[in-house]
Amino acid sequence: MSAVVSAEGLALRFDERILWEGLSLELQRGEFLAVLGPNGTGKTSLLRILLGLLEPSAGRVLVNGKPPREGREQVGYVPQQRAFDRDLALRARDLVRLGLDGHRWGVGRLDGAERARIDRALESVGARDYADAPIGRLSGGEQQRLRVAQALVSDPALILADEPLLSLDLAYQLAITGLLDERRRTAGTPVVFVTHDINPVLGMVDRVLYLAPGDWAIGTPDEVLTSETLSHLYGTDVDVLRVRGRVVVVGTPDDQHVHHVDYEH
Amino acid sequence: MFTDLLAQHFVHTALLAGAVVAVVSGAIGIFVVTRGASFAVHAISELGFTGAAGALVLGIDPVIGMISGSLVVGLVLGLLSLRGRERDSAIGAVLAFGLGIGVLFLSLYRGYATQATNLLFGSIVGVSSRQLFELTIVALIVTAGLAACYRPLLFSSVDPEVAAARGVPLRALSVAIFLLLALTTAEAIQVVGVLLVLTLVITPAAAAQRLTARPGLALALSILVALVATEGGILLSLAQSWPTSFFISAISFAIYIAARVFKRS
Ligand SMILES: Nc1ncnc2c1ncn2[C@@H]1O[C@H](COP(=O)(O)OP(=O)(O)O)[C@@H](O)[C@H]1O
Ligand SMILES: [Mg+2]
Repeated sequence: MSAVVSAEGLALRFDERILWEGLSLELQRGEFLAVLGPNGTGKTSLLRILLGLLEPSAGRVLVNGKPPREGREQVGYVPQQRAFDRDLALRARDLVRLGLDGHRWGVGRLDGAERARIDRALESVGARDYADAPIGRLSGGEQQRLRVAQALVSDPALILADEPLLSLDLAYQLAITGLLDERRRTAGTPVVFVTHDINPVLGMVDRVLYLAPGDWAIGTPDEVLTSETLSHLYGTDVDVLRVRGRVVVVGTPDDQHVHHVDYEH
Repeated sequence: MFTDLLAQHFVHTALLAGAVVAVVSGAIGIFVVTRGASFAVHAISELGFTGAAGALVLGIDPVIGMISGSLVVGLVLGLLSLRGRERDSAIGAVLAFGLGIGVLFLSLYRGYATQATNLLFGSIVGVSSRQLFELTIVALIVTAGLAACYRPLLFSSVDPEVAAARGVPLRALSVAIFLLLALTTAEAIQVVGVLLVLTLVITPAAAAQRLTARPGLALALSILVALVATEGGILLSLAQSWPTSFFISAISFAIYIAARVFKRS
């Protein structure tokens, strides 16, 4: 069986600054990959490379056996959070709909099956009550859930999610991660999940890609999330503790970011 | 006397021309407002004026000069596809320089001053049948362009990141919308003049956005507001010989205020 994503020798440099080099990665059907690491280590950039929106400085990537640009329609993308304008003339359901047919030319009408698909996607993220509300008036967490519905509605062959748990409270973190987990189990859609905090997805993660400043490591959570590996990555003493089934990382330069950040307004 | 006027051929031509221009102005306005590009409309119209003034000096049709001026600026803005503050300052700089050249052209122009006044303040009541024909052709081009690009244009306006990820060509659409905007602006100048283009392109769309969050309905309402303002303005200026542009901007503004006061449906 061929890999959904295969990347070889990827490098990312901006001017003199090297973010990573020699990054190779294969993602099989049904796999859940968490991408961890402090701010500015190129997590978002990696997703942009997989989307064909950014050329890697070196190396080569195939998505579904094709260059990323050609396979984009089969990718569900949940971008890093950005609030919508309060007065935007767009309802929650319109945002989800754009994930289905926004890339097609013309004015376009939905048929009954497409309408039902949009309704199901809205329902799956618990957004039925505010499906017709203006998107700009919804909370950050509600907008984030709609992003997930937007990514799922097109029945994607790969899901790329950039910190989708930001500004979600615990119940909805569980709902979203559960949804993505179910998707990859039933449809075999692999998930690349960028997150600050591994704990909400610890139970479903197959592999972790840890990006540290200038270096990276990939493997199962048990291989990567160890004091030894992270100390090596950061070049300083880092302790990884397991407390009541949770992973706690102490001693990284970005320690303050390890905790969950909540921007709910 | 008012009813006598209504029977006049030139009044019918003016009302038809006003309707044609209102439809395209109201329609494109929604995309302009969604993209936060109101300032660009101003720049395009003022540089359309520079083009027209240049044409007057050269002794060619000022409408040709105006359309050329608007198209050049529209093309440049579309290609730059800048966002936010960067775009505002770039537009401000270009706009100021272009207007300076326009002032120079006007001082070189030895013809009838009314030509220049008409450009600045509009001359809908003087529209000829031939002009009406030209306005209609251009309006059909703009309408066809908007209809063909409707969904990707909406997608790239409200949600550029995901649109790009889904393969929507952002830059090409940016060029397309600014070129269509340039054509629309050149139309609107002939009705309300350079200084009041915003009253047809921005105010109706801003009002419509306040009234509904449905994208399609917002588009229809924007067109409706532009129509009411234009036709109402023309009729009022016949009854009371104040400038048409004044009445158009007054009606359009009154509707905007009312829309701000009333809650969204
Ligand atoms: N086009 C670019 N030119 C220069 N630097 C860039 C560009 N894009 C991203 N960067 C830099 O690359 C780094 C990684 O960015 P990003 O991928 O957003 O990191 P992360 O998502 O891990 O926080 C950041 O420091 C950012 O400033
Ligand atoms: Mg990021």
